[in-house]
Amino acid sequence: MDLIGTVKIVSRTLLARKGRSFLTVLGIVIGVSGVIVIIALGAGAQSLILGQITRLGSDLLSVQPGKSDEKGPPVQIFGIVITTLTKEDAEAIRNSDQIPHARAVNAIVRGNVTVTWQNKTMDTQFSGTDYAYPEVVDFDMQEGQFFDRQQEQGDANVAVLGYSVADYLFGESGTNPVGQVIKVRTASQTQAGGVPLRVIGVVEERGTAFFQDQDDQIFIPLSIGQQQLLGIRYLQAINIKVDSSENVTSTKEDITALLKQRHRIQKDIDQDFTVRNIADAVEVLSTITDALRLFLTAMAGIALVVGGIGILNIMLATVAERTREIGLRKAVGASHSAIRNQFLIEAGCLTFLGGIAGIILGVLVSYLMAIVMRFLGYDWAFVISPSSVILAVGVSILTGVIFGLYPAFKASKLDPIEALRYE
Amino acid sequence: MQELINVENLKKDYFNEDVVTRVLHDVSFKINKGEFVAIMGPSGSGKSTLMHILSFLDRATSGKYEFEGENTKNFDDNYLARLRNEKVGFVFQSFNLLARTTVLDNVKLPLIYSAKKDHDKLARKALEAVGLSHRLNYFTNQISGGEKQRVAIARALVCEPAVIFADEPTGNLDSKSGNAIMHILQKLNEEGNTIILVTHETDTANHAKRIIKIKDGEIVSDHKISNRTIAREDRDLVK
Repeated sequence: MDLIGTVKIVSRTLLARKGRSFLTVLGIVIGVSGVIVIIALGAGAQSLILGQITRLGSDLLSVQPGKSDEKGPPVQIFGIVITTLTKEDAEAIRNSDQIPHARAVNAIVRGNVTVTWQNKTMDTQFSGTDYAYPEVVDFDMQEGQFFDRQQEQGDANVAVLGYSVADYLFGESGTNPVGQVIKVRTASQTQAGGVPLRVIGVVEERGTAFFQDQDDQIFIPLSIGQQQLLGIRYLQAINIKVDSSENVTSTKEDITALLKQRHRIQKDIDQDFTVRNIADAVEVLSTITDALRLFLTAMAGIALVVGGIGILNIMLATVAERTREIGLRKAVGASHSAIRNQFLIEAGCLTFLGGIAGIILGVLVSYLMAIVMRFLGYDWAFVISPSSVILAVGVSILTGVIFGLYPAFKASKLDPIEALRYE
Repeated sequence: MQELINVENLKKDYFNEDVVTRVLHDVSFKINKGEFVAIMGPSGSGKSTLMHILSFLDRATSGKYEFEGENTKNFDDNYLARLRNEKVGFVFQSFNLLARTTVLDNVKLPLIYSAKKDHDKLARKALEAVGLSHRLNYFTNQISGGEKQRVAIARALVCEPAVIFADEPTGNLDSKSGNAIMHILQKLNEEGNTIILVTHETDTANHAKRIIKIKDGEIVSDHKISNRTIAREDRDLVK
């Protein structure tokens, strides 16, 4: 008996029961689309992370207070405050002969502030930093200047606004922000007013880098941030730009040595700072995304198995329901193998169609997700890898055949006389 | 006349755990090509079992069954399936047509399992022989019982078998439709087809040319019918 004939019978049978066929393969559809969406999601997230890194630069090092596992999160997120990293450390790194490859160094403190100009008020973040900031992080000014060394070290009451802060405060009135005086206060400063700062520049629009909106912040001289807003003397980070990415590792060692010396640390375990590079942080992130992907793929796998059991169940019901038909087919000359193949092909066709529907659904969902992510401002790539499609369809057909085997064998073993008598 | 079926000392036992039930005792007869034989007996007489063995759906426990001069003893399941396809046609009491399928496709069913070509032409020819050319694309739930049985006869004919087995073909039909079916069977026999009719009704059996009566698994009589019933064509049914 020919294959085309079987496929014809099968397609006729399946079409005669459209609703049931659809419900039968729903599990497969969900499983397959799940696999495709998850793999597309992973690829999109990867492209996003890579984009964020290249924007920030892979030649950046960051010294953070507190000893922590380089691959783990910084200690600050556990609420531990370490005060030993200072402005003098930053100066030392900047001026040391031990660190030849450090091209630029900037110290930084961060916090949340409320910014007021006339009747406009907004909550944003401030970065208290030194004049070297523009050398470490590449960006251009839209208006005015970044504060220079003199302004920074003279504790000038100046501020540089991020793009969206400037837009919110001044955009509506069309005022040039440069020269205007804004008032800045933190949540702990209860009296009205706050620190008056003259705007001397606006940074051009930078978008998101490393999952932080770079435009929603203001820059102020380090000592203003430390003393007038936060009331602290220590630093939250020192960023170092290395002259080239090959020297990142050696520079990291140089900085560690220098700071250990300055902090009089004998044993590694007493170290009160951590030097991280961006690549380390990426590794932390990709560990998380990999785990997530594995978990989701396992879920999709479970959906496929459940779908397969659905197929098994329905195929068994179908064999029972069509006992007389099987008996008749045997009476008119169908061999065991012809009956077995018919039911196997039926299960295979069901899951194949389910797989196709799953691909369409999966691609559609991935595409919609990419649109949403782009709308949210992320640089999200819409990637469907052919291997994920082949994998999903292959697995779905295999599921159908594996779970269709038992019902097919059961059908082929039916005694035609008994089957024809079956009510 | 050429011999088609030769049965000698055929026995059939059913084993149910330790209990052995003998359904056929030493059955022997011959059927030639072109005959119209009725196998008749009350229910439980073993006539259905005999038919199943003769039509390769079942095997005898012992004894000899020669079909077209060949001993069928050592035929394997696949070969029996092929014989059912090429040499045997079935007409069942309950029609056994595929639901949600057209008349034409039902008749084509045995061809799917055969090496024959031109399925459409063969199926149309078989349907013409039973007077159903006007119902080709009807679904089987849209036609009457008599028409269903005629579709079944066309399906039995389509592979041009050596013998047609009709198992109580009129059992589910009213007398008028039943008469039409018997007419078709007689006509097919006139055209040279060998027909074996299994029934428990004397009236139906009388349409054949020869009656083998079975009781309790043994042949009690085997004779030609002298006063044969001829079913007349019913103009109302064969339009």
